[in-house]
Amino acid sequence: MKAQDYDRPNIDIAWCPGCGNFAILKILKQALAELAISPQNLVIASGIGQAAKTPHYLQTHIFNGLHGRALPAATAIKAANPQLTVIAEGGDGDMYGEGGNHFMHTIRRNPDLTHLVHNNMVYGLTKGQASPTSQRGFVTPLQIDGVCQEPFNPLSVAIALNASFVARVFVGAFEQGVAVFKAAIQHHGYALVDILQPCVTFNKLNTYAWFEEHTYPLENSHDPGSREQAFARACEMERLPLGIFYRSQDRKVFEKQLSAYKEDQRPLYQRPLESTKLQNLLNAKRSL
Amino acid sequence: MHSSAKKNLPEDICIVLGGAAGQGIQSIETGLTRLLKQSGYHVFASKEYMSRIRGGSNSTQIRVSSGPVAAPLERIDLFIPLDGAALTHLCPRLQAASLVLGDRANLPAYPGLIDMPLTTIAQQAGDHRYASSVTIGAVVGLLGICLELLDAYLQQRFSDNPSTIIAGNRVAAAAGYQYGQKLAKTGTMQFELKALASVTGDLLLSGNEAIGLGALAGGCNFISSYPMSPGTGVLTFLAEQADEFGLVVDQAEDEIAAINMALGAWYAGARALVSTSGGGFALMSEGLSLAGMIESPLVVHLAQRPGPATGLPTHTEQGDLQLALHAGHGEFPRLVLAPGSLQEAFSLTRRAFDLADKYQLPVIILTDQFLLDSLTNIPALDLHNLQPHHQFVETDTDYARYRLTASGLSPRGLPGHGAGLVCVDSDEHDETGHISEDLALRTAMTDKRLGKQSELLQDAIAPQLLGNDDFHTLVVCWGSTYHVLREALGALKGLPVAGLHFSQLYPLPPQATAWLRQARQLLVVEGNATGQFASLLEQAYDCTVEHRILKYNGLPFTVEELKQRLQSLLDAPD
Repeated sequence: MKAQDYDRPNIDIAWCPGCGNFAILKILKQALAELAISPQNLVIASGIGQAAKTPHYLQTHIFNGLHGRALPAATAIKAANPQLTVIAEGGDGDMYGEGGNHFMHTIRRNPDLTHLVHNNMVYGLTKGQASPTSQRGFVTPLQIDGVCQEPFNPLSVAIALNASFVARVFVGAFEQGVAVFKAAIQHHGYALVDILQPCVTFNKLNTYAWFEEHTYPLENSHDPGSREQAFARACEMERLPLGIFYRSQDRKVFEKQLSAYKEDQRPLYQRPLESTKLQNLLNAKRSL
Repeated sequence: MHSSAKKNLPEDICIVLGGAAGQGIQSIETGLTRLLKQSGYHVFASKEYMSRIRGGSNSTQIRVSSGPVAAPLERIDLFIPLDGAALTHLCPRLQAASLVLGDRANLPAYPGLIDMPLTTIAQQAGDHRYASSVTIGAVVGLLGICLELLDAYLQQRFSDNPSTIIAGNRVAAAAGYQYGQKLAKTGTMQFELKALASVTGDLLLSGNEAIGLGALAGGCNFISSYPMSPGTGVLTFLAEQADEFGLVVDQAEDEIAAINMALGAWYAGARALVSTSGGGFALMSEGLSLAGMIESPLVVHLAQRPGPATGLPTHTEQGDLQLALHAGHGEFPRLVLAPGSLQEAFSLTRRAFDLADKYQLPVIILTDQFLLDSLTNIPALDLHNLQPHHQFVETDTDYARYRLTASGLSPRGLPGHGAGLVCVDSDEHDETGHISEDLALRTAMTDKRLGKQSELLQDAIAPQLLGNDDFHTLVVCWGSTYHVLREALGALKGLPVAGLHFSQLYPLPPQATAWLRQARQLLVVEGNATGQFASLLEQAYDCTVEHRILKYNGLPFTVEELKQRLQSLLDAPD
């Protein structure tokens, strides 16, 4: 398949010119095309924010739900029909702020889905307030003396929770972005991709130039099998490494452990009600 | 059956057991209800317990009757306190005729207490922990149930235990049985219970099980919930059935996750349920609104307990009606059902899945702690036509999830089932499900969604009239007050009064209008402090409720209490 196969014609895109979201959309289409995932087999669940509008701009099934709640919906979609490729996509406020609890617990469940988080370290759609990942001292219309909280570090949190796949990319590095997206989608289990992107309208601190200067690719020698090494690299804050930080060796996939799929691999919608079993269950209540 | 039965002896005995959590009240209740049903007696058990793991004062009421009963009584015929706290707690309900049996060694002095040396008998059988079997034995001995049934029950109950424990419990129960038989001969308790062979084959079910079975019959194959009393029982029941029925069961991190998972599951073709209580349901409000916007089917079991906030976690109330009616921001249609019996708990839960699917909206099943934790025997559940009516379609390339149609219902596709793309959006959206700020479309989509509310009336469940249709006074109730009103009215025979029980609360059924118009005096009975349903009734049917008979101390209405309150209003001059 080609990236253009995912294009939706005549759409009114709500992003600012120069927004990093355009690059993410391009990376996503390219990765999907190279993996030959048909739109009919792809569901993108998203929340609210400029990033969460992404699924509207490509050919896919969409579950665009509530702010912060894409992960529970995505987990359930995969559990109801494991034959689908499922992506949960949204911004840093959506996924790390409003949906922070689901972030932790989805890592614990480990459903086979890809978690794409557009991280521009600012709230765009609500016009420029701090996000959980904003850097200390970042001045906004709301944080007028600058952000005084410790920035949320999604990678170190994910590695601490033994997430099965943890990666970071920067929208300025297209080739690496495509490679990491593909690896994340192909990974069996929960895969986090934190995507650094500038917000050209509201974040004048973390610009394209800033990211170019403050990021670098993880060396080939980095061992994603080492949790300690991955955690140490995720804690680097001066310059941010890019690439696949961590792959857990001992995680079972959520939906594969469910009773529903022990003996039957069909999606739930294809299964009839087992009325004999229900009759048996009721008969057991007669003999009490 | 008592051999020395005379005319007009009671055919209905009320047994109450009280004790601390951990003293075996639950296992005694389980044993007695099963043995009584196996002997052909109608049984009904209802619990009152405190929110703790050990200690406190819990009680269970077991009614044994010649006819079907399913409401609590004030009266206690036989009281077995297992500790002093139970005696103190339930003392106000005891009457001169109440028989009080207890272990004098473990209880404070109480006039009229008949000593039942549970601990000594249990210890003689080998272990003080056999005391529950002694108690079961004593009660079945007193009621004249055959010893073989008791023995068979104990062998099955303890079958996973070493033979010494099985033997010890059998010896303990047999000793208790002898004690009970001896007591029966003294004639201190007189009754005339009739056993019916048909009852022995009845289903013995709790409200929790009836809801859970109804969910299975409705094709439920996905449940995501966060534990909260009294909504947890349904979650537990379905977890126990997960292997057999191939269910997805997930204990969510919070109620917000639970409802969003349920919506994701319906979207992908599952039939999902969430079970919760008021506080958890409050957290689900935004998700409920999402169901309205994306026109997703959804079934929510809202098990009421007294609020606000944490309230009385293990008690009962009908205080969340207004919450169920109004939860969620924005305007969208919904269906609210409130079963009054085990049969309805089953049939309405089953139906909830088909109606949610048909009309693509949230259905709330409103129950309460009393209904869920009650246990009774019923002859059958309605199992006809036992396949869910799935409404989803296979999509083609020009599929649009929100196609505007005359009925407001658009065919619901599933991702991965057909050539089309299924797009749902919490934003206002166009027919294809993509985000839109077209304001003319906004009006059309709102009309489409709200139009389903009136469509729903095609399937409205008529209220049930209790009594004759030549009434002057009409007593309205809803949900779990069905049986108590039925019995209270039965005790007021000859008066021009009837009851009207609603199990569909929203939208209200038009079939009620004629009954309400006929009433010269309209009363409403409900378990809350403000008369929430009474207000709804007045607004919906343009009628006037003369009296609201309310109870909100955490306990269900009893038959005697309701009868007396009704009587005082009926006697009152206009």
